Amino acid sequence: MVIAALILIPMLSGSLAFFLADDRARRGLLVAVALAHFGLVGLVWRGWGAASTALAEASGAWLAIDATGLIFLSIVSTLFLAVSAYGVGYLARERRSAHVDVVEHLYFRNEPEAVFTGCLLLFLGSMTLVTVSQHFGLLWVGIEATTLASAPLIYFHRQHRSLEATWKYLLICSVGIALALMGNFLLAVATPGGSEDSGGLVLGNLTRGARSLDAPWLKGAFLFFLVGYGTKMGLAPLHTWLPDAHSESPSMASALLSGALLNCAFLGILRAYQVCLAAGQAAFCQDLLIGFGLFSMLMAAVFVLNQSDYKRMLAYSSVEHMGILALGVGLGSSGAFGSALHAVNHSLTKASLFLTAGNILGAYATKSIGDVKGVLRVLPASGVLWVAGMFSITGSPPFGMFLSEFTILKAGFDAGRGVVAAAYLGLLGIIFVGMSSLVLGMAQGEPAEPMAPRREKVWSILPPAALLLLSLAFGVYLPPTLRDALAEMSRSLGGR
Amino acid sequence: MSLLSDLARLIAELILIFVVLTDLILLGSSRLTSTIRLSAWQGMALGFLPLMVSRAGFGPTTLRLVTLGAVLFAMKGFLFPRLLLRALRTAEVRHEIRPIVGFQASILAGIAIVAASFWMGGRLPLPRPAPTPLALPMALSTILIGLFAITTRANALNQVVGYLVMENGIFIFGVALAQEEPFIVEMGVLLDVFVAVFVMGIAIFHIGREFDHIEVDQLSSLKD
Amino acid sequence: MAGGLFMTLAKSLIHPILALIFAPLMLGVIGRTKAILAGREGPPLAQPYHDLRKLLGKGAVYSRTTTWIFRAGPMIGLASTIVAVLLVPFGSCPAPLAFPGDLILFAYLLGLARLCTVLAALDTGSAFEGMGASREVLFSALAEPALLLGLAAVARETRSLSLSGMQAAQTLSAWSGAWLPLSLVAVALGVVLLSENSRIPVDDPNTHLELTMIHEVMVLDHGGPDLAFILYGAALKMWALAALLIGTVLPIRVGLPYTWPVDVALSLASMLGIAVGVGVVESTMARLRMSRVPQLLIFATTLSTLALVFEFGGLIR
Repeated sequence: MVIAALILIPMLSGSLAFFLADDRARRGLLVAVALAHFGLVGLVWRGWGAASTALAEASGAWLAIDATGLIFLSIVSTLFLAVSAYGVGYLARERRSAHVDVVEHLYFRNEPEAVFTGCLLLFLGSMTLVTVSQHFGLLWVGIEATTLASAPLIYFHRQHRSLEATWKYLLICSVGIALALMGNFLLAVATPGGSEDSGGLVLGNLTRGARSLDAPWLKGAFLFFLVGYGTKMGLAPLHTWLPDAHSESPSMASALLSGALLNCAFLGILRAYQVCLAAGQAAFCQDLLIGFGLFSMLMAAVFVLNQSDYKRMLAYSSVEHMGILALGVGLGSSGAFGSALHAVNHSLTKASLFLTAGNILGAYATKSIGDVKGVLRVLPASGVLWVAGMFSITGSPPFGMFLSEFTILKAGFDAGRGVVAAAYLGLLGIIFVGMSSLVLGMAQGEPAEPMAPRREKVWSILPPAALLLLSLAFGVYLPPTLRDALAEMSRSLGGR
Repeated sequence: MSLLSDLARLIAELILIFVVLTDLILLGSSRLTSTIRLSAWQGMALGFLPLMVSRAGFGPTTLRLVTLGAVLFAMKGFLFPRLLLRALRTAEVRHEIRPIVGFQASILAGIAIVAASFWMGGRLPLPRPAPTPLALPMALSTILIGLFAITTRANALNQVVGYLVMENGIFIFGVALAQEEPFIVEMGVLLDVFVAVFVMGIAIFHIGREFDHIEVDQLSSLKD
Repeated sequence: MAGGLFMTLAKSLIHPILALIFAPLMLGVIGRTKAILAGREGPPLAQPYHDLRKLLGKGAVYSRTTTWIFRAGPMIGLASTIVAVLLVPFGSCPAPLAFPGDLILFAYLLGLARLCTVLAALDTGSAFEGMGASREVLFSALAEPALLLGLAAVARETRSLSLSGMQAAQTLSAWSGAWLPLSLVAVALGVVLLSENSRIPVDDPNTHLELTMIHEVMVLDHGGPDLAFILYGAALKMWALAALLIGTVLPIRVGLPYTWPVDVALSLASMLGIAVGVGVVESTMARLRMSRVPQLLIFATTLSTLALVFEFGGLIR
């Protein structure tokens, strides 16, 4: 019942938003839906206990909330609330008439706001569908739907660079997700006697009967899932669309794309991993995950150094963190817990950083790192958030990222993979140096042209600040309910 | 009964051959309207595949199977081509100008892909019997040829056609080898594919208006 | 025993004799079919024979710029085409010449005939003929892989490297087991047949515009007996390719030891059918633009290669 409401409310109001002519009413609807969604997720948390996961798996229902799904759902819901609060002010600031592009100084118009808001709500609905799907086919439908709903978000600023980014995003991700559909079919081939007899491609049924799955075809299926959903998740070398899409979309959309959507794709891989784990094929999957994870971190490290665009820098940082998530799950044992925690912290911090980047872009009208100086002086609040966010995203204590990255490191040594752990540590170090020099360079100094310190609006500061504080709080104190859920999730991923 | 099922299998095989032949012709064709049309024929032929596979003795012939075929026939045979042709009209482009791999070389590559798919198909042990030994290699080659078209064509429209071809290959695999997914999921998949083509069509429209061409190798301002 | 040997020899000589007699008739049938489909009465079926007799009765005129190559061309061309006919089986009769690998000799005897025509055309030094020669060489170079790969697929299917061996192994029951690659080869060879014999949609044998011609433009300067040789050679080439198609790919025969006269009759009927088919194709299709012809031939090559892939894929029931 709650699940149906969680999906249908955003979907229906999203369809409604396309036809609402009044801007205020539409923005009000956006916030109202975000609040309702957040409230419903809170309700789910209240009724949730460790037994719920077992129940969800045993029931064989297509839609059910288990620990993994609930954590990702909460991330989506929290981020969406913050983004919609930010968005009301952001959309009011955007001009209706043709205006000048900050990079090439050409005129362009915005997409109609109704389309943007409508797609935003549909995007929320489809991400919710992904997190509550227990059926592999439905999961696929949800993930492809997120791609389609989010493509218009990237093209909000109708100029040719965002169009280029949209096209790459659409095509590369659609092809990737089509490969994941192939993974679905391979999984169906691997089930003995046809999937229909055993209740379809439902997670619970598959893990229960996992021992009788055909091993080579199951491995093939996992490979297709990894490549397919990995494309959407931004694992290198399949990440080529990601920096473009995340840097060209409006900041509030970037926050959702980086913080919420990448996790949804990761969830697709995790579901496949759960089946392989139950079938005793974990070793095969873990090596692949570790390989993709380290390679993603390497690519991110290479491109973060000497990056000249601060939104692209954040996008490459997302590639890095997706690599860390894959790596953590691949290392197993406490690494799975580390990954679960890391997913939460990364989403909170990255969304906060993208929203702050939106503030900087609004004030400086440039995305070039070299042209931005003295953020701390011109935008005092955003400057503090920018620097603090940088420390958080690079895993400095006392932020939550430190805890999760450290857990994964420890898991690496525990698993006896010293080389992997050392490489991981080295890459983290490189990225820390790269990002901190870029971000601190922006924060300090004097602007090239004198700019008076500005009074920043509350809507532009409060959401990113709240998200960052949450991540800080999780570094200091992890609420027992959340800890239980994370532990439950890590157990389902073969961790402790 | 057995004669009927043999006939159904024969028709299924003919459909598969037709699909691979259209794949190859598509690789060698430079006119955008003809590639769209080829993909439409392919889609129409595939609309009959679920029925033929079931009549050949693999699974019961149910109403939902017929519905699936009909929806597929209508969507891939009529709706998609119309959407794409409309995008083409607004872009006012008739030919693929500079493919990354030439047309003749593409056909050769296509044949190599078909050969490789046969080689692979002969080595993959299927846990369940397939309706025809052609199904696996044909599905693989159609998927790979679609991927090849996407990566070697600089034209946005041909990339979408490549995507559709790849989708067709996956569909062949699903119908012929995997047990069917539940109806609602199948419809969801089709809906997604439909919206994907729809959104891509809109994107092509915007690319055509913004750049006066739809060659995506010219979309290269974003890079590191 | 001696009688058996004599019978075998006699049977193997039936096809060359039939070919030498009836080859021009195929051209007559094609012309008649086109005429009927166009609503005309058309020339008599024996018109090609009359043409040949008329040409043979004339003297030849040679330009002073030409050398012996120009005179040798038609003769060598006709001779090698006749030898090629000797390699092709007919009905259920084996060919007089048969050995493993003769399919390659067959392809290159036709190639030799083409080379002589091309050299003779180039020898005139005329720009038109050079143009025709270049087109002829281009298109036949594209048709050759289609022919050879197609024959290779049949060779793989029948496990035989000689044309007569293929014909012997190609029975109706064998065909039903491998209908898929064989029908692909049949289509490919059909395209080769049209292309090699300068037929629509590749070339128009009746065109009057030198710029659009391929084969006809090459032989503009030949006259009298030389032109007769060329026309007769062209007819024989058509016969040879058609006989190859029905002999090795399409098993239209009974195939029992004592039914060979029936088989010969069936094959003759099939030759007639092919001639009518070519006539129908010529009346219903337009000639392709010159730039599209390679696409057609590559399509044929694709079909042949696909057939070969199917054969080696081992998935054919």
